[in-house]
Amino acid sequence: MNTAPESGTATTTVDADGAVEALATLGADHPLRLDCGLDFGPFQIAYRTYGRLNAAKSNAILICHALTGDHHVASNNPRTGKPGWWHVMVGPGKVIDTDRYYVVCSNVIGGCLGSTGPKSIDPRTGNPYGLTFPVITINDMVRAQALLLDHLGVGDLFCVIGGSMGGMQVLSWATLFPQRVFAAIPIACAARHSAQNIAFHEVGRQAIMADPEWHGGAYLQAGTNPRAGLAVARMAAHITYLSEAALHRKFGRALQDRERVTYGFEADFAVESYLRHQGSAFVDRFDANSYLYITRAMDYFDIAAEHGGSLARAFQGTRTRFCLVSFTSDWLFPTSESREVVQALNAVAANVSFVEIETDKGHDAFLLDEPEMFKTLGGFLEGCAEHRGIGRR
Amino acid sequence: MSAPSDIRGDLALIAEMVAPDTRVLDIGCGDGQLLELLGRSRRVDGRGIEIGQAGVNACVARGLSVIQGDADNDLKAYPDEAFDYVILSLTLQATRNPRLVLNEMLRIGRRAIVSFPNFGHWRIRRWLLFRGTMPMTDALADPWYATPNIHLCTIRDFDNLCLELGIRIEKRVAVSGPATEGGYRPVSLFPNLFGEQAVYLLSRRR
Repeated sequence: MNTAPESGTATTTVDADGAVEALATLGADHPLRLDCGLDFGPFQIAYRTYGRLNAAKSNAILICHALTGDHHVASNNPRTGKPGWWHVMVGPGKVIDTDRYYVVCSNVIGGCLGSTGPKSIDPRTGNPYGLTFPVITINDMVRAQALLLDHLGVGDLFCVIGGSMGGMQVLSWATLFPQRVFAAIPIACAARHSAQNIAFHEVGRQAIMADPEWHGGAYLQAGTNPRAGLAVARMAAHITYLSEAALHRKFGRALQDRERVTYGFEADFAVESYLRHQGSAFVDRFDANSYLYITRAMDYFDIAAEHGGSLARAFQGTRTRFCLVSFTSDWLFPTSESREVVQALNAVAANVSFVEIETDKGHDAFLLDEPEMFKTLGGFLEGCAEHRGIGRR
Repeated sequence: MSAPSDIRGDLALIAEMVAPDTRVLDIGCGDGQLLELLGRSRRVDGRGIEIGQAGVNACVARGLSVIQGDADNDLKAYPDEAFDYVILSLTLQATRNPRLVLNEMLRIGRRAIVSFPNFGHWRIRRWLLFRGTMPMTDALADPWYATPNIHLCTIRDFDNLCLELGIRIEKRVAVSGPATEGGYRPVSLFPNLFGEQAVYLLSRRR
């Protein structure tokens, strides 16, 4: 490792609008101790920041992305040209106002969209890690984010926010680093991954591993790509992000570019065509091994298990202000999961708000234009900012 | 203390019973009017429980800490003496188990503040005596088959229940008149006959 970078080095580009995209090398001097027991480092974390850290360093908001998300939260993704995945929520004058807050979003460790993950080159071998990449957990993702914040000079966070797997990271932040989190907004998530959700993930992983192009995880060396397996995994998962009502509203039993069924196995139905498109588009931007690792991290997530089986104990003594959000038609992370977290927080007399948003858009509602969610989160953040002494612009 | 005139009269009465800089749980907090009043005028650390999701969302959008739930089901999650005051305004008569709710309020709070419409008021007695049908008033506006108020009581009933449950009545205010700020008149003579509504400050007898 004669070219090992030093911890904290970074390559940085700054947009015309002041948004920063950068790559930080972390864990070089002190490797990250992973939950699996391995010490890992150095590794790279890709991130973006928006806005400015104020003099009191009291206005930092960390945004945690979901399973297949990335750090391009508010500005165009330079690779796809598409708007940031949460541009409806984050930006100047939006609920998370980048003119007022210093916003940080990083790609998770184990990912494939900038940070070190299974497709990265292992400096010890010169080959991609593949399945030699250590199994990471939600807590590991959060500890890597904490190192990034140290590197950025951010001590305490005004707020940590995220949906789905991002919400799991928010809960992990609140239990691992409660003193660094003033406010926490876990959206459409749970304190543990349910048996049904593990089951769906297992279907996706088996689809990937059953693809002969997967080559035991060494497809990069073999010059192949398990496109079919990864696409099937995405198709199955995508169904869980929607709802029966939303699928019916969008597609019903409509046929795709034809007058009648073909008595064959083409994509006769519009919903089939849509899913196939979702699958193939996903394969172009995501790494199959990363999908295995990140779904595994979600499966292993169980906060109560880490605290002797008591979820309440995980939050004992917390001073963080919580606002949980769930959606009526979300069957992947139903309202009952959020309610369990609320009850655990009540049991330790924590400061907690909980809103359930009426929508038929399913789990993915958190990414969409949901005025009721914007209104309640805007009010919550405003109240917190008042308590935190963050003035208006 | 002066409250803005759009505050419901009984809420102003309740607010006067709350000491400043305390922790308060408001059960059935509606759109958060009382919590906001207490936060502004008494600097309390307030939390709310509201049964209607629209009310909850409105509260959170106002910056209040509120969750969806109700008095019958959601008090057991809280630890003992988590609050200085637990408030239940004009809701006790609509709970399934008022005895349990009262006991739970005084477990999770050092004090409880309860208000309810007095079913012993003379107009209600007169209605029943002369009409022989279930009384309806401004405070009890629904017919018997549609009312959420399934456990109505009189001031004397409530005094007896407190005695039975070992609850100390620290303060009792009976009022009559229109339910607006300044519209209430305190009733000291025969409160169970002339009080339209009662507000109690309670604690556990030790």
